[in-house]
Amino acid sequence: MSNNSPEREEVSIPAISVDRSASLGSSAQEALNDQGAPVAQHGAREMEAQNLHIWFGNNLVLEKVDLVFPANTVTALIGPSGCGKSTFIRTLNRMHELIPTAALAGKVLLDGRDIYSPDVDVTQIRLKVGMVFQKPNPFPAMSIRDNVLSGLRLAKLPAGDKESLVEECLTRAGLWTEVKDRLSEPALALSGGQQQRLCIARALAVKPEVLLMDEPCSALDPGSTLKIEDTISYLSDSITIIIVTHNMQQAARVSDYTAFFLAQYGEPGRVVEHTTTSQIFSRPKDPRTESYITGKFG
Amino acid sequence: MIDKVEIQKPWREQSPKRVATAISPALIPILVASILVKTTGLDGKLGFVFSWVLASTVTIVIWPVVIKKRASRGDLFMQTSVVFAGGIFLGAVAWLFQSVLAPGLRAFRFSLLVKDAATVGVDTPLDQGGLLHAILGSLVIVGLATLISVPFGILAALYITEVRGRLVPFTRFFIQAMSGVPSIVAGLFIYAALIVSKVLPFTGLTGSLALAILMLPTVARTAEEVIRLVPDELRYAALALGGTQMRTVLQVVLPSARTGLITATILGIARVAGETAPLLLTAFGSNTTNLNPFSGTMATLPWYIFTQMTLGTENDVARAWVAALVLMVIVAMFFVLARTLGKSKMARR
Repeated sequence: MSNNSPEREEVSIPAISVDRSASLGSSAQEALNDQGAPVAQHGAREMEAQNLHIWFGNNLVLEKVDLVFPANTVTALIGPSGCGKSTFIRTLNRMHELIPTAALAGKVLLDGRDIYSPDVDVTQIRLKVGMVFQKPNPFPAMSIRDNVLSGLRLAKLPAGDKESLVEECLTRAGLWTEVKDRLSEPALALSGGQQQRLCIARALAVKPEVLLMDEPCSALDPGSTLKIEDTISYLSDSITIIIVTHNMQQAARVSDYTAFFLAQYGEPGRVVEHTTTSQIFSRPKDPRTESYITGKFG
Repeated sequence: MIDKVEIQKPWREQSPKRVATAISPALIPILVASILVKTTGLDGKLGFVFSWVLASTVTIVIWPVVIKKRASRGDLFMQTSVVFAGGIFLGAVAWLFQSVLAPGLRAFRFSLLVKDAATVGVDTPLDQGGLLHAILGSLVIVGLATLISVPFGILAALYITEVRGRLVPFTRFFIQAMSGVPSIVAGLFIYAALIVSKVLPFTGLTGSLALAILMLPTVARTAEEVIRLVPDELRYAALALGGTQMRTVLQVVLPSARTGLITATILGIARVAGETAPLLLTAFGSNTTNLNPFSGTMATLPWYIFTQMTLGTENDVARAWVAALVLMVIVAMFFVLARTLGKSKMARR
């Protein structure tokens, strides 16, 4: 899709104000490489993809992805549809392998350890790396409360004080005030935006180190989107967040770093540019990045 | 100031012409058939039905051509065909119900429900003895068959939908082949494998095993279909929360398919509740109440209907009709039960 109307361009750049670098955690500050791509520290809550290649069958969909996601930061993955962003984040919590034809080469490090090494328990990885899906998918057979606690039951974790955990998770997901009087109602009685925040609360209940979000706002209205963005900013103090989004403004608003993925026709997807969000939106190095974020294609 | 506007449904308004167009195809065949029966050699009920079917067929084809423009003829043709087909089906069901319920209700005594047939001989009056033994026997045997076949049926469905192992095509094939097994063959199998070879005597249990063979494919196929309806997103969500496949299935997939699984069970029960042939060879039958499926022969409602009908005296046949009535009521009660259980608290909005 190309859009060359002057109106669109005008909206795209000036509307993006980036003021998040001030709020970066100390480890992230150290990781800043001359206002460029982050450098690996191999510490807690840090994720890193090393030389990652991803296939479906014999079809190479992503080539040589090297990305570092520093602890307690938000990284936005942007790029046109079909460039492999969603496929990429599904490799970060080993959901990729659920597709029968899936294949992969390279390393994914969490806390400095490879999550694909043979002695790793896949359920432990998925506990540490939570995921929020594009479409809200609360469990229909459970109440709001049970949805929040479902992760504990699924992973057989000790529950502790359930009521305060439910309140804490729903509060952090920005949903508590809306549902505190009807926790035993079915989850499907909530609106789409509320359901998505419930899914975030559900993911938080198992205390993940990293939270993957695959276009979490694509099916939501602007009000719910705003609430979820507030939730993301709030959460990024304590966990690492990787978010796929098609919304440039959203990437600019919520993220510390941005990686631009692109798959040219007939070629596998690659990371074109990965640097701080302020830099990628103000002084993109690659001309393709610039034309994408200004709305010239994609 | 805004005028108060009445609630209206303009699309409900029907012009007399449209009403006539809609009703005529139903009336014309009745009229034609009546005239034919009065005026020609066709006579009696059978003649009426025959001429009605003939007249209906002609009307369904001719009526759209006469009444409508070319473009909407197909539409009217389909409309009338569907209404006729539905009407014929409803008529058949109503006829069936009426022909079973009427003689059953005529002979119905409450005492029949609370006494067994221990003291009943041929042509004993209706107010002595009853069919309690057959009712209880049916409940025990079908209940036991359900307990045996439902777990296996659901496990087979889970193998196909969740495990997705290498044997899925074979499993599917055998389930399909099993659903085609004639019921008497299932009875013969249990008879030959367990009773003739002296593993088990004639008991309620052997009857349950024969019925379980018949229930299994119904339960497994229905369960497979309803589990398949659970969206993959829910499975992914559960796995992404650190669930193993087993806990994902137990805590998310099966609860989400709960209503459908209950339906699968009820369909299985409905499939076997009326089976007679396999029970003749396995549970055998009895005139006294036997609640222990592990020893002694047992009576069941279909078996009772069969034996009473073959006795042929007026009172015995009347008892058979009452038993048929009771069997239908029990199956209907199961369906109502399924509906109530199926309405889970979470499914309600």
